[in-house]
Amino acid sequence: MKLTLKIWRQKDAKSTGKFVIYSLDGISPNCSFLEMLDILNEDLIRKNDDPVVFDHDCREGICGMCSLYINGRPHGPDDAVTVCQLHMRKFKDGDTIVIEPWRAKPFPVIKDLMVDRTAFDKIIQEGGYVSVNTGGAAEANNILVGKENSELAMDAAACIGCGACVAACKNASAMLFVSAKVSQFALLPQGQIEAKQRVKKMVKMMDELGFGNCTNTYACEVECPKQISRSNIARMNREFMCAKMV
Amino acid sequence: MNSSFLRFSSITKKIWMAFLGLFLMIFLVVHLGINLCLLRDDGGAWFNAAAHFMGTNYIVKVFEIGLFAGFIIHIVLGIILQVQNWMARPVRYLVSNKTTTPFLSKYMIYTGCIVLVFLIIHFMNFYFIKLGWVSNVNISADGEPEFYIIAKELFANPMYSILYIVLFIVLGFHLNQAFQAAWQTLGVNHPQYNVCIQRFGTFYAIVVPLGFIIIPFYFLLIH
Ligand code: SF4
Ligand code: FES
Repeated sequence: MKLTLKIWRQKDAKSTGKFVIYSLDGISPNCSFLEMLDILNEDLIRKNDDPVVFDHDCREGICGMCSLYINGRPHGPDDAVTVCQLHMRKFKDGDTIVIEPWRAKPFPVIKDLMVDRTAFDKIIQEGGYVSVNTGGAAEANNILVGKENSELAMDAAACIGCGACVAACKNASAMLFVSAKVSQFALLPQGQIEAKQRVKKMVKMMDELGFGNCTNTYACEVECPKQISRSNIARMNREFMCAKMV
Repeated sequence: MNSSFLRFSSITKKIWMAFLGLFLMIFLVVHLGINLCLLRDDGGAWFNAAAHFMGTNYIVKVFEIGLFAGFIIHIVLGIILQVQNWMARPVRYLVSNKTTTPFLSKYMIYTGCIVLVFLIIHFMNFYFIKLGWVSNVNISADGEPEFYIIAKELFANPMYSILYIVLFIVLGFHLNQAFQAAWQTLGVNHPQYNVCIQRFGTFYAIVVPLGFIIIPFYFLLIH
C-alpha cells in the first residue's frame, strides 16, 4: 500500500506544533496501524530524523495506552477496537491519513501524538477504590451478588481508561469514563460503603480538571473500544442525585 | 469561576436543564391548546377569552412566574454549559469529528438560540403588550388588548408566517433530541423503556410543532 500521512508534530508541551506530511510505500494491508508507524519511525531514524512519538504498551487492546485520532475518529475507522488492534486493510491504497493527538484541555500534548492523561488518574484517586478489612481472605460466597448486577459491573469494569470518549466528545466530556468507574462499584455490595462520597468526589474532580459537560450526543459510546454503554452515565446521574439529596 | 451559579457541578446544571426542559414541554402543549382557538371562526371570541383567562387567573399567574424562571434558567444554564464546553477543547482537531451521532444532536445550542430569537420577537409582539410596555393600537372598548386581531395581522404578513413555520421546524428538531436526552440525564435509561421514550419524543416533536404550523397556513391560505 502507498500512503500519505499527515501527522501532528510538536517538540514538547510548550512549543506550538504543526502537521508534517510523510509518504510511505510498500505497507502490507495485514500490518497493524502501530506497526505502520513503526516502519515510518525506522525510516525516520535511518534518516537521522526525530521519530514520531506515540503512546502504546500492550498492543493487544487491554492497556488503554494507544490513543490516536485518525481521520476524525478516535482509534480510527474500525468500531470497538483500540488503535493497536486496527489494521491497514481498513484503509485503501493511496489514502491520505491524518493523525492527531487527543484534543482536550485536561489532556495536554507532551510530544507529537502523546498526551498526558494524568487527569484520569486524579479522578480515580478521588474514589476509584473500595475499603476492605485487613486479615485473612474472606469466604468468597459471604456476599452474594445478583447475576444481572455482576454482569453490568463487569461490563463497566471493561473500561481501559484510554480517553477515546473524551477525544470523541464535541465537549471533551469525561462522563463515560467516570460513569464506568462509578458504576462498576455502585452495582456491587462491596462498593456501597463509599458510594455517596465516591460519586460526589469523582464528579467534582472531573469538573475541576476542566472536562466539558455532557450534551447527550453519545459519540463516546460509539467510539469506546470497550463499548461502555451510556446507561452508565444515567446510572451515575442517579447515584449523584441520590448522594446529593439523601 | 467564583459566581455561585457556575460552581454548581456539571451534573447539577444538567439535571436542572433537563427538568426545566420537560416542564417547558408541558407548557408548550397548553400554549398550543390556546393557539388552536384561533382556528375557530368566531371572530376570536374563544382565543380572546383564553388570553383573558391566562392574563387574569391567579393560579396561572403563579404558574407564569415559574414559567419565566424556567425559561431564563434553562437558557442561562444552556449558555454556561456551552461556553464551558468550548473552553474544554482549546485546540481544535484538523479533521472534524466523523462519529455518527443522532441527527442535529451536536447543534442543540444553535437550535436553542434560534428558538430564543423567536421568543424575543414573540414577547415583543404579545407579552410586552400585555404588560403595557408597548403602545398598541388594538385595544378593545374595555381596555384589553385584542390579541386575536394582533395575531391575525401578524399572520397576514407572509414574512412573519414563514419565520413562524421555520421556527417550529427548528423547535421540532430541538425537542426530538431534547426529550430522550432529558430522561437520560435524569437517570432514566432502561432497555425496556428507551424505545418508548425515543418514540414519544419524536411523536411530540412532530405533532406539537405541526399544531402550531397549521395556524399560519390557515390564515395565509384559507382565511
Ligand atoms: S469509557 Fe471507553 S473510551 Fe472512555 S476511557 Fe473507558 S474504554 Fe476508553
Ligand atoms: S497499546 Fe494497549 S490497548 Fe492499545
